[in-house]
Formats: sequence, C-alpha cells, structure tokens
Amino acid sequence: METFFQLLISGIAQGCVYGLVALGFVLIYKATEMVNFAQGDMMMLGAFFTITLINDLNWEYFPAIIAAILAMGVVGLFLERVLFRRMIGESPFAVLMVTIGLGYVLRSVAGMIWGHNPLSIETPYTDIRLHFGTVVLPAADVVVVAATVVLCALTYLFFRYTRFGVAMQATSQNQLAAYYAGIPVKRVVAASWALAAAIAAIAGILLIPLKSAYPEVGLVLGIKAFAAAIVGGFGSLPGAMIGGLVIGLVEIFTKYGIDGRVGFSVSDTSVYVLILVMLIVRPSGIFTSTQRKKV
Amino acid sequence: MRFVLKTDYHHDVDIFRDRVQLGWYAALIIFVLSLPIFWGTYLESQLTLVFLWSIAGAGLMILVGYTGLISLGHAAFLSVGAYTHAIFLDLGVPPFTSIPLAMLLCSALGVIVSIAALRMTGIYLAIATLAFAMIVEKILKNWSSVTGGNTGFKVASPELFGWELNSTLYYYVCLLVLMVVMLCVTNLLRAPTGRTFLAVRDSEISAQATGINLIKTKTLAFAVSAALTGLAGALLAHQMHYLFPDSFNLFTSIKLLMLVIIGGLGSMWGVIFGAIFMTLLPDLIATLREWLPDFIGNLPGLEPFTFGLILILFLIFEPQGISGRWQKIRLFIGQFPLYRKRTFRRQKSFLRTERVH
Repeated sequence: METFFQLLISGIAQGCVYGLVALGFVLIYKATEMVNFAQGDMMMLGAFFTITLINDLNWEYFPAIIAAILAMGVVGLFLERVLFRRMIGESPFAVLMVTIGLGYVLRSVAGMIWGHNPLSIETPYTDIRLHFGTVVLPAADVVVVAATVVLCALTYLFFRYTRFGVAMQATSQNQLAAYYAGIPVKRVVAASWALAAAIAAIAGILLIPLKSAYPEVGLVLGIKAFAAAIVGGFGSLPGAMIGGLVIGLVEIFTKYGIDGRVGFSVSDTSVYVLILVMLIVRPSGIFTSTQRKKV
Repeated sequence: MRFVLKTDYHHDVDIFRDRVQLGWYAALIIFVLSLPIFWGTYLESQLTLVFLWSIAGAGLMILVGYTGLISLGHAAFLSVGAYTHAIFLDLGVPPFTSIPLAMLLCSALGVIVSIAALRMTGIYLAIATLAFAMIVEKILKNWSSVTGGNTGFKVASPELFGWELNSTLYYYVCLLVLMVVMLCVTNLLRAPTGRTFLAVRDSEISAQATGINLIKTKTLAFAVSAALTGLAGALLAHQMHYLFPDSFNLFTSIKLLMLVIIGGLGSMWGVIFGAIFMTLLPDLIATLREWLPDFIGNLPGLEPFTFGLILILFLIFEPQGISGRWQKIRLFIGQFPLYRKRTFRRQKSFLRTERVH
C-alpha cells in the first residue's frame, strides 16, 4: 500500500510537469492555432536559466526563479515577434516545421552554452522527506503538485476575472470578431506566447529536482506533453492538466507493474500506444465536444 | 524563353515538354553515368546515398507534397524495409524476392497506419505517425531474437545473380532504381490516380464533392509512399552494413521531412535537390569548420544548429524550397529584363482556420 501511494504521488508529480508543458501547447494553440513543438525545449531553456542564476551567479532560490520566469517570457515575446508573426496565415504544417527547426536550434545552442552533462541545483527542499503515517514522500514531488495546483488556480482566475484574460479567451474563440470588438489581437497573441514560455519555465524549474537538466530533456518530454494535450482534447486548458496526469500515472504504473514481469521496457512504449488508441478511438480528446467541419 | 504550341491534349500530360527537354534529361543521365570514372570512392558513396535518400524522399513527397498528409514517422518504414530485406537475405532469399517482400510489408503497415489516419488531419496525423514510429523503434529494440536488438544486425553484402556488387556497381544499381522510381512516380502523378491525390491535398471537401473516394485515395497514397520508403530502406541497408534500431529514429523522420521541404513541396525535382542538399550539407559544415575561427569551429552542436536554422529560413523566405527558387531563377533568365517579382507573390490568407469550435 505504501508503495502504491508513493507511486501515485510521483506519477502525479511527473504528470503535473507534463500537464504544465501541455498547458503551454494549448495556450498557444488556442490563441494562434499554431502547434509549438519546441515547447519542451523552451522548458529546458527555462531550467538552464535558473541553473545559471543559482549556480554561477549565486542568486537566492526565489529571486532566481522569478528572474528565470520573466526572462523566458521575454524569450517568448522575442520568438513571436521574430518568427511566428511571419507565419500567420501559413499552413499548420509549415508552422509545425518551423517549431521543429526552432527546437533543433534551441537544443544545439543550449548544448554549446551549458554542455551535455546533466546539471542540477540545490533547492530549499532538496533532501527533505515528508512522513504521512507510514508513507514517505520526497518533498520535491509534493512541491511540484502544490505549485501546479496554485498555478492552475492563478490561470483560472486570470482567464475568468481579468480584462486581458477575457480578451485572450475572445481572441481564441474568433480572431476576427475579437478584432472588430476592439481587442488588440496582435498584443494578445504576443502575450499568449509570453505566457506559454513563462509556464514552460515554471515546468522546467519544477522538473530540475525530479530529473536533472540537459539539452535533450525537452524533446521526449515535449512529445509526452503533446500526448497529454491530445488526451485532454487539444484546446481545453483543464483537459491538458488532466491529460498530463493520465500520462504520468500510466507511465509510472506500467513501469512498476509490467516491466519487471515481462523483462523489457513496456513503460516507454505505453505512452505512444495510449496516444495511438486515443487518436483512433476519440480523436477529439476527453474534453471537447465534437463538431463536423463545414465548408 | 521557349513556347510550345500544344496541338493535342496529350501535350498537357506528356512526361517531357518537348524534344529540347528530353535532350537535357539525356545529357544529365550521361553525365551521372560517367561520374564514377572521374570521382573518388568517397564522392561515389555520397552520391549513392543521394540516390537512396531521393527514393525515400520520393515516397514521402507523394504523401506530404502531393496528398497533403503529414507523416512524422517515415523512419519506421525505412527501418522496416531495411530489417525485412536484411533478415530475408540472411535466410537465403534472393534479393529479387526479398526487396518486393520488404516493400509489401511496408505498404501493408502503411495501410494499417492510414486506417488510423482516415479520421484525422494535419497535426493529429503527424502525432499518430510519430507514435507509430516510436512503437516500431521499441519493437525492433526489444525483439532481439529476430532483429539482434541493440547489438545490431549484420547485412549481407549486395549480390545480383550470384555476382557480388562492388561500390561502383552498387552506384549504378541505385541510379537505375532511382530512375525507375522517378519514372513510375511521375507517371502515377500524371494519371487519374495522381490527380486525385492533388485534389485531396487542395481541398478534401471539394474532392469528396467531385466524387473522389477519400478513404481509397488516402490509403493508396500511404501504401505507395510506404512501399517506396521501404525500398529505399532495403537498399540503404547495404550501404549501412550494420543495422541498429537507433539508426532510424525521430531525427531520421525529421530529416526526411526537411529534405522534402528544403527541396520544395510538390515537385519531384525538389526531392533530388533536397537529397543532394541534405547529404552534402554535413560535408560542407565539416569543411567550413576548418575555415571558421576556433571558438566557433570547434562547437559540437554546429550541425543540428545549421539544419534547424536553414529549415526555418526556408520556411519563412522560400516555402517552395530549392525547386521553387530554381523556377524563379529560370523565369528571370527566360524573361530577362521583364521579370517581375510579383509573379510569384504568395497569397496570404489570414485566419485560415482548421478548427471548428
């Protein structure tokens, strides 16, 4: 039973990271209909920013993460201005390939600057273990879950109660109508990119204690987060989080439940099988209502 | 600028526009045939690779450039083709049987993928094919009794009618296969089947309204594409000598997509331009490293960086790829003082939406 709870919590923690990256995917998709395949690499960049601030510049933990999140927001703005604003109106495939190219560039630049050895940081909660009765949990897992819950609440409040959040919702529903209603669509789209990059940075910061950071960390994680977004139904923010949790749990339980018995790694494949089944059985995901495309 | 007076409907679908074009192609073939006489073995093997990537690229081009379906998992067909061919050769099956068998298996897999693909479009299809390729990679890794797993699988050296082929003869074999493939694909694309591919690419809804069977067309496109990629994989196996599951990963799929995009979507010449570019770029970078100052030249990630950057630059500034640029240059020369930039201006459609909610 203790093992079950520990697996559950670490599965949820991993799932939260997937969910946060998926949140970035969905934010950008809703605002601009672009699929950003480099979201995982943006997460990696955010993690490296934090590591540099703490290890090389000797900043305190909290100022460092805030600075890293802001810096990634600026990176998001920059990418939108330089690359993605030019791609408005191009086919989704072309945009996808641009983000794949961007992923290549980000990974190799990170490799040039930070090298290919895994890096990590001292966080205030490293090596702390929490005891709940007989269940022992690493604090890192609990922090990830707590931070994700807080972040989700903040995102919800932002979209529900602020003027800018409502403007973002309007833009994502119908760009042209939003434009007619006087919403600065360009600024909203730029803000969506900044927000997505900032959320990617948070995911990266939360990820460092779970896994170390290295240039390729975002690639596979990005694909799994993409799977999360699909499971939740592309275009639904709560769906992305729940999809992330599903992927995280499926992965960890197949790892401990099946791998040992059959003698080879099923857990790596389980996520991909899940995507395929999901896409075949219910391509629109759990959370979206299906509508037929009209001419 | 030459103008061809068309006096027959067949002139619209002829493979060669006129005798002049036929002459140019003949000259090109003679040139490529004579290359091994002048060039060293290194360039010869590089050119063989160009031919093989062209065949694989032709497979992907049918799918991406002509039918408008995205595949992020074509490396799977490449690896299945390579492994099937190598395993059958190992069992003593002659190459003339094992290559068709590999192609058949690949197209069967392609049909299976396309069944999943029929319900999805665009990005979802890309992810489904990506997941498929990942699963194939894991199967090849874990099914070690057949594929040798991570220790690799040794490929028998190429033979034809009991004669062992050296690298020059293999160059000619690959060239011949490429020419046959190009001829078949061009023929397919000018026939009604190919036209239905184009119709599906341009608008699924209007294609359906014209009476085109979407399911049949997409399945066929997948099957043909997978078979050609499998053929390229089978021939590539000999060039690689040892097969590892890792040799065909996500990056191989992306490389194939880059090839098709950089070459130019919707053009068979684009495939060849793209293959030349993708094969020779690493060499070019290696040469450039010596010229660049040490602090740049010694950086390890220079190659993926350049690939990514070039892909982005092409997509932003020349979405028609090298073949599109070549067309512009030719028109510029053909109409010399009268060329207008606006001839090729892209129509931008803002808010081109695919979603329904």
